[in-house]
Amino acid sequence: MDTFSIDIENVTVAYHGKVALHQASLQLKSGTICGLVGMNGAGKSTLFKAVMGFVKPVSGRVLINGLPIRLVQKSNLVAYVPQSEEVDWNFPVSVYDVVMMGRYGYMNLLRIPKAIDKLAVRESLERVEIWEMRDRQIGELSGGQKKRTFFARALAQRANVLLLDEPFAGVDVKTEKMMIHLLMELRDVGYMVLISTHDLSSITTFCDQVVLINRTILAYGETSEVFTEENLSRTFGGSIFDLSRSKIQLTQTTQDKQERQS
Amino acid sequence: MNLIHWFTAPLQFEFMVKAILVSALVGVVCSALSCFMILKGWALMGDAVSHAVLPGVVIAYVLNIPFAIGAFVFGVGSVIAIGFIKAKTRIKEDTVIGLVFTGFFAFGIVLISKVKSTIDLGHILFGNVLGIADSDIIQTVIISVVTLVTLAILRKDLILFCFDSTHARSIGLNITFLYYTLLSLLSLTAVAGLQTVGIILVVAMLVTPGATAYLLSDRFDHMLLISMASGMFSSVIGTYISYYIDGSTGGCIVVLQTLLFLAAMIFAPKHGLLARSKQEIL
Repeated sequence: MDTFSIDIENVTVAYHGKVALHQASLQLKSGTICGLVGMNGAGKSTLFKAVMGFVKPVSGRVLINGLPIRLVQKSNLVAYVPQSEEVDWNFPVSVYDVVMMGRYGYMNLLRIPKAIDKLAVRESLERVEIWEMRDRQIGELSGGQKKRTFFARALAQRANVLLLDEPFAGVDVKTEKMMIHLLMELRDVGYMVLISTHDLSSITTFCDQVVLINRTILAYGETSEVFTEENLSRTFGGSIFDLSRSKIQLTQTTQDKQERQS
Repeated sequence: MNLIHWFTAPLQFEFMVKAILVSALVGVVCSALSCFMILKGWALMGDAVSHAVLPGVVIAYVLNIPFAIGAFVFGVGSVIAIGFIKAKTRIKEDTVIGLVFTGFFAFGIVLISKVKSTIDLGHILFGNVLGIADSDIIQTVIISVVTLVTLAILRKDLILFCFDSTHARSIGLNITFLYYTLLSLLSLTAVAGLQTVGIILVVAMLVTPGATAYLLSDRFDHMLLISMASGMFSSVIGTYISYYIDGSTGGCIVVLQTLLFLAAMIFAPKHGLLARSKQEIL
């Protein structure tokens, strides 16, 4: 697998004049799992949307392999699994149909699946162990099975970059373990995974890197170095959070990093 | 014997043959589109657009160009207006929709009343399929073919757009294009439906068959077929009934559609009221 990178450069995103993400900078490389940690409303989903090109940054830019996301989307390099609350679970589609949607980018205009598409869907469904449920309407699944379905769709997309927004929310322990195991396998063959989660205890077990976020990126780097009690209390500091203070700390962490590198 | 006679007797009149064929075609086209409308949650939008096309139809009549063009401009225009007002003011969407479509509609009514012409307001509001002109038939056929071909080609993309536009975007589909395609089809079929059931009841053609089918199936393709079958059935039988009772054709078609919906609501094998109460007992 080719190596690739995501460069988030000084990205600021605002909704209706309200800043949701302030001057975020981040570099991600292939073969890593990067955990995104922060409170609700800290800007995790916004960061994902900025990477996907769904929101236009007020300033800064996101480059994937040096190219803007618009040029990359059609190449199926990036798969995005959003939080599942927005899904219409009564929609008349089967599990198989949903996973096949991950293959549309490879098909012609009529979206008629070829043998390779069917194979990719089957493999993905088997990997998350829901092949037997392929004919079910998606509303007939348990919470964990629903997540597996959308995870399988991202797998079927054969994207080298996976962006997962809260994939473990409302999921049984078995599913979470299975997904973590799969993510580690994917990392080992060169995938890049950016994953947001509330589950702090599991992060140290599978994330190589951690990004701490609270309206801006407070710190990022190797899990062992960044995942400290002090950093976490800053991340979850709540109402006393102060943007100017965090900016100072942000520059400090970048300075630290530069020192480490030199 | 009697039943066969019931079906064949009206066919001796050319206007009835035309009316039945046009109703059947419009029924199929509207009900195909209705599946997308109800899954996208566009019922209110369908109501708005079908009313908002009125001034377009009148202006097209005056300029002697096809109704479809005028309807298209005003149908899409109304949605753009809705989007603009929603984005620029603090008013909520349902209010904006109600406000815009009644404004367009009222403008159309004023136009009709001031333009001295052969346009009969009653025909536009309530349909006049029994007296449909050949030029209108040609237009309806063209609209139907365009709509059905577009839906056939873009079916899967439109399903994905209705189901998960985020994913559609993330794999590089042009969702703005899909949005306006669906909107354009809505404006066009509103004109087609206007010929049979009239502007007031078009929204029923664009909602009810899809809703009926939605209760009967968990697969989109089945839903589409059931919807089209029920739409065609209601249109054809409704036209016959209106002939025999000498009543409003549009009214008969929509009443029949509503009865089919009620039957599905009660008796649908999985999502019907009876099946649901059984499940609760078990």
